[in-house]
Amino acid sequence: MERLTAADARELLLYVADRVIESKPYLTEMDRAIGDGDHGIAMALGMGKARETLQTLEGGSDVYRLFCEAGMAMMMSMGGASGVIFGTLFSGGAKGRSPSPALDCAAFTELMAGGLSAVQRRGGAHVGDKTMVDALQPAVEAMEAFPGNDFCGLLGAAEKAARAGAESTRNLVARFGRAKSLGERALGHMDAGAASTHIIFRAMRDFCVRRGGQEDGK
Amino acid sequence: MTKKILNSPAACPSQMLDGFLAAHGGTCERVPGVSGLRVRQVRDKVALVIGGGSGHEPMFTFFVGDGLADAAAAGNVFASPDPNTIVQTARAVDAGKGVLFVYGNYSGDNLNFDIAAEMLEEMGVPTRTVRVWDDVASAPAQRIKDRRGIAGDLFVIKIAGAATAAGLSLDEAWRVAAKARDGVFSIGVGLAGAAIPGESEPIFTLPEGEIEFGLGIHGEPGIRRMPLPGADELTDLLVDTLFAETGVSAGDRVCTCVNGLGSTTLMELYIMNRRLRQRLDCAGVEIHDMQVGSYVTSQEMAGASISLLRLDGELAGYFDRPCSSPHYRR
Repeated sequence: MERLTAADARELLLYVADRVIESKPYLTEMDRAIGDGDHGIAMALGMGKARETLQTLEGGSDVYRLFCEAGMAMMMSMGGASGVIFGTLFSGGAKGRSPSPALDCAAFTELMAGGLSAVQRRGGAHVGDKTMVDALQPAVEAMEAFPGNDFCGLLGAAEKAARAGAESTRNLVARFGRAKSLGERALGHMDAGAASTHIIFRAMRDFCVRRGGQEDGK
Repeated sequence: MTKKILNSPAACPSQMLDGFLAAHGGTCERVPGVSGLRVRQVRDKVALVIGGGSGHEPMFTFFVGDGLADAAAAGNVFASPDPNTIVQTARAVDAGKGVLFVYGNYSGDNLNFDIAAEMLEEMGVPTRTVRVWDDVASAPAQRIKDRRGIAGDLFVIKIAGAATAAGLSLDEAWRVAAKARDGVFSIGVGLAGAAIPGESEPIFTLPEGEIEFGLGIHGEPGIRRMPLPGADELTDLLVDTLFAETGVSAGDRVCTCVNGLGSTTLMELYIMNRRLRQRLDCAGVEIHDMQVGSYVTSQEMAGASISLLRLDGELAGYFDRPCSSPHYRR
C-alpha cells in the first residue's frame, strides 16, 4: 500500500475507532490503577462521535478534512484531558492544510508529526512525563526514520515504537495528569493514554496489512 | 458489583438535570443543545461560569443561582466538559461584561476551559479564570499550581458569586475570587471507594479497617494508608496538617467547611466539626462561619475533608452576602 486515499483514510479512521471502542474495558482497568478509571469510557465515547461524523462524510475527497473532522468530533464531545489531547492528535496536523485527495508515506508522516507537535503545544508534556507522548513521539520518530513508501512498513515501525514507548511508561513517575500526585506509587503501571496511543497505531497498522493483503489478492 | 439507581450510565448527567429542572425549573433552565445549566434571567453583570465533571453533586451544577454562578457546564462523570459545552454555556449568560470562570485545577478542566476561553475571545467575549487548588495533599506548597481543587470550590464560588453580583468589573471580580482561592486550603480522608456509574468495580478499594489520608475527590490515591483512628484523632490529623500548611494562628479569622464525600453521614461530619471547633477555639482562631455538609462529593465515596478559608474584611464582606440555589443558600 503506497497511497492513502480519502476513501482509505475514512475506512482507516473507522477501523481505528472500532478497535479503540473494543478496548474500553482494558483501558478503563489500566486507568483505574493510577487514575480515576474514566479513560476507556472517554475514548470509547470520542471514537463513537468520530465514527458518527465520518459516516456523514462518505465520498469526501480530502484526507486532511477527514482527520480534522474526526479530531474535532472527539475534542468537542469527550471532555477531560483526553478529549483535547486525542482530538488534537488527529486534527492538529490536518488543520489549515490545502485539501489533498491522497497521501503518500511522507505526507502521512508529516500529518502525524503535526499532530504530535500540536499535542505538545497544548498539553506541554515531553517524553518521560508518563503520558501519551511517551508512545506518540517514538512512533512519529520511527515514521520519520522509515525509508521508502510502504504504509505497512511505515505503520509497522510506528506500532513497534509506540508499543515500546507505552511499555516504558511503567518505569516512569508521572509529571502530568492525575497520576502525578501518586509519585512513585505510579511505578509499574502503564499510562492509559500511552496505551491508547499504541492501540491507535496498532489499528492503523492492522488496517494497512489487511488492505495490502486485499491488494495482493487482486 | 456496585448497585446504583440508574437507567443507562451514559444518560446519568442528562437525566439528573431533567429531574433537577422538574423540581427547580422556575429559576433555572438548560442551555440548549449542551450539558449546561443557566439562570433563567440573564443579569446585567459579569457572568460567573463554573463547571467540571458530573458526579460531585451538588457541585458544580447545583451552585447556579442568585449570588452564586450564572451558569455551569457539566461534563460526564468525573470528566471535564468539552470546549463547545463551555462556550455555549458561557454565551448563554454573557451580558456583555465578560465571563469569570471558576473551576477545579485538573489537567482536563484546564485544557478544555482554556480552549473555550480562546474560542470566546475570538467571538469578542473577554474571560478571566480562577483555578481552585486547595488540596494540600496533592503537591507541596512550592508547586501549588499542581494542586487539585476539592471542597475549596465552595468558598471560591460563593465569594466569586457575591463579587460579580455586587457589580464588580471582570478584573476586580477576578482579583477577589483569586484572593479567596489563595486563602483556602483543604485536606481529605477516604474511608471507602466509589464506582463510576456503569462500572462494576470501585475506583479504589481499601483493606478492612484502613483509610487513605489525603486522597482526591476522584479517588486519586493520597499520601498514605493508615488504620482508622477515632473521630477526634482523625480530625486532629487533618487540622494539624492544615495549621502547618496555612500558618493560621491566634487572631486569624477563618471560615471552615467539613465536607462529606458522599456516603459519610451528617452525624459523622458533625462529630468531626465538634473537634474542629475545639481545636480552633483552643488555638485562639476566630471563627467567622462553619459549614458542615456534603457539598463536593465523589459519588458514594466515604470520607470527608476539612477546608480553612482565611478571611480579611473584604472576603468576609462578600462571604456574608446572601445567596440562594436549591442546594445552597446563605
